[in-house]
Amino acid sequence: MNQSLQTLLDKLSAKYADNNTISLSVDLVEMHVKPEDLIEVATQLRDDPEFAFVQMSDLCGVDYATFGEAEWSTATTSQASFSRAVDSNSIGRLSFGSGMELPDSSRPRFASVMHLLSLDHNVRLRLVCPAADDEMPVVPSVTNIWACADWYERESFDLFGILYDGHNDLRRILTDYGFVGHPFRKDFPLIGNVEMRFDPVKGRVVYEPVTIEPRVLVPRVIRDDSRYDNGAVPESDNA
Amino acid sequence: MPEIRNYTLNFGPQHPAAHGVLRLVLEMDGEVVERADPHIGLLHRGTEKLAESKPYNQTIGYMDRLDYVSTMVNEHGYVLAIEKLLGVEVPERAQYIRVMFDEITRILNHLMWLGAHGLDVGAMSMFLYCFREREDLMDCYEAVSGARLHATYYRPGGVSRDLPDTMPQYEESRWRSKANASKLNEARDGSMLDFLEDFCNRFPALIDEYETLLTDNRIWKQRTVGIGVVTPERALQLGFTGAMLRGSGIEWDLRKKQPYEVYDKVDFDIPVGTNGDCYDRYLVRVEEMRQSNRIVEQCIEWLRVNPGPVLTEDHKVSPPRRADMKGDMEALIHHFKLFTEGFCLPVGEAYAAVEHPKGEFGCYLISDGANKPYRLKVRAPGFAHMAAMDEMARGHMLSDVVAIIGTQDIVFGEVDR
Repeated sequence: MNQSLQTLLDKLSAKYADNNTISLSVDLVEMHVKPEDLIEVATQLRDDPEFAFVQMSDLCGVDYATFGEAEWSTATTSQASFSRAVDSNSIGRLSFGSGMELPDSSRPRFASVMHLLSLDHNVRLRLVCPAADDEMPVVPSVTNIWACADWYERESFDLFGILYDGHNDLRRILTDYGFVGHPFRKDFPLIGNVEMRFDPVKGRVVYEPVTIEPRVLVPRVIRDDSRYDNGAVPESDNA
Repeated sequence: MPEIRNYTLNFGPQHPAAHGVLRLVLEMDGEVVERADPHIGLLHRGTEKLAESKPYNQTIGYMDRLDYVSTMVNEHGYVLAIEKLLGVEVPERAQYIRVMFDEITRILNHLMWLGAHGLDVGAMSMFLYCFREREDLMDCYEAVSGARLHATYYRPGGVSRDLPDTMPQYEESRWRSKANASKLNEARDGSMLDFLEDFCNRFPALIDEYETLLTDNRIWKQRTVGIGVVTPERALQLGFTGAMLRGSGIEWDLRKKQPYEVYDKVDFDIPVGTNGDCYDRYLVRVEEMRQSNRIVEQCIEWLRVNPGPVLTEDHKVSPPRRADMKGDMEALIHHFKLFTEGFCLPVGEAYAAVEHPKGEFGCYLISDGANKPYRLKVRAPGFAHMAAMDEMARGHMLSDVVAIIGTQDIVFGEVDR
């Protein structure tokens, strides 16, 4: 398995010499592609017998807005109390109508991540296509290269609001008819915005703002764990 | 003569043949399907978003509720992704237990599929036959985890506990005479492995029973042969995996091609179809049950003679033993930290795929070093299959749509997530 990964890494590095993002991730080879190059690269990856990624296993959107953000600072906790130390500006604690301040980051917020499978070479590849604009993320559609991308791109659009240029039927797929917002974005509250009930007076189902209180029992913490000391250790607790 | 126009038919979401909550909008020309537009998402619970707000070990139970007829394999995909990032060692006995339960799950899933598919197409007795055997296997689930369906049995680093020495027994009641109960308890006197071995000895003959009912049945063949044909090229394009891909003649099985756990140590064959129609996929799945039975037998043999730990001793990810906690301060702290905060994964991204009964079940896990996943994406096999509904159903009759839903082995828990 590792042998075939190394072979793929070498072949990719030789073919896309000017792309310096090709790397060996935990278990497979990862490659970043700019949106304008995606169609060309993807077509080559599928048709070139050296790669032969004839199947796309998966495509999904990712929102990197709060990557590496903890919501609990240890130093404050020991001085004050558990609940005071918890950062209210985090996904699980958002409530209806309250906006969330996203941290500044130079990294593109949205990315479309594809997992490709080559049956001939029995190897997988992760193709990451970051969207250039955070406000209006647009990524070219790969539906003409892998037919199954159709629903995956609809899902990614539905949940993250990533627009797929060239997709001819970009409708919502998983959320309710008439849903507002993109629920998997990091600034969308976990409890949602609306709740639904049957109104016996009106004789129909009505939507109202949520009434439940947002609550997270286990805070999100990032620990500096010495067991993984290999250079890729996360930033320690912001305490 | 009046102009005859296409009309639109709404199929589901409350229809027994829709296998859950599928709403199909069918554009019909007479009784022929012109276009099928599946509306999914009626069972969307946001599992992936929920996972982002929970420590890693609390999400295992949510995995059961994805594909709720093959629960343990879902857990397997998830814990494999965690193990890849953590790099923990899984004891060999736990690997054999996992493989054994993966195959039990495969049989459970295929029995459910065979019964429901048969029922949809008109073979009522199949449903009753299949549920008879499911009962025995779910008793194994119950014996090992305490739950018949949503087991939550796998853990990062192994399984939650070792195989039990006893099986649950039937009791005498108003509805069950003493003689009847003791007859049912005959195979349940020994350990779970004894019970399972007894099942494995009986099961091939039972598969023969199903095959006598269906394989040469004229009506069954009329309803499935030549229906929903997918060429190998299209199957790859459409992202088909599992029996849907093998039915089209492509020999691809992750258990053989990218072996995980101890699949490279057990002996089994991969059945492959030739025509890519519903009938071939039926034959493939029936043969898969026989092969799963073989794997279970080999696992039983190994597990009988190889006792050992079933969960990693790394107490950062697995709880220490209760007895140790009484005297050992460190064990107590480990226990406290594990259940209040969970464990942190190193920064990284992993994609773990397992051969789910329905196809390739993949978990794409992104960690930013926290005790909760940054993003979890579940690649459900049924999602890609459902997306091909339009292509498979086009030009077929309305009644064939039901056969195609059946052959895709759709479960909405995983399609909608």
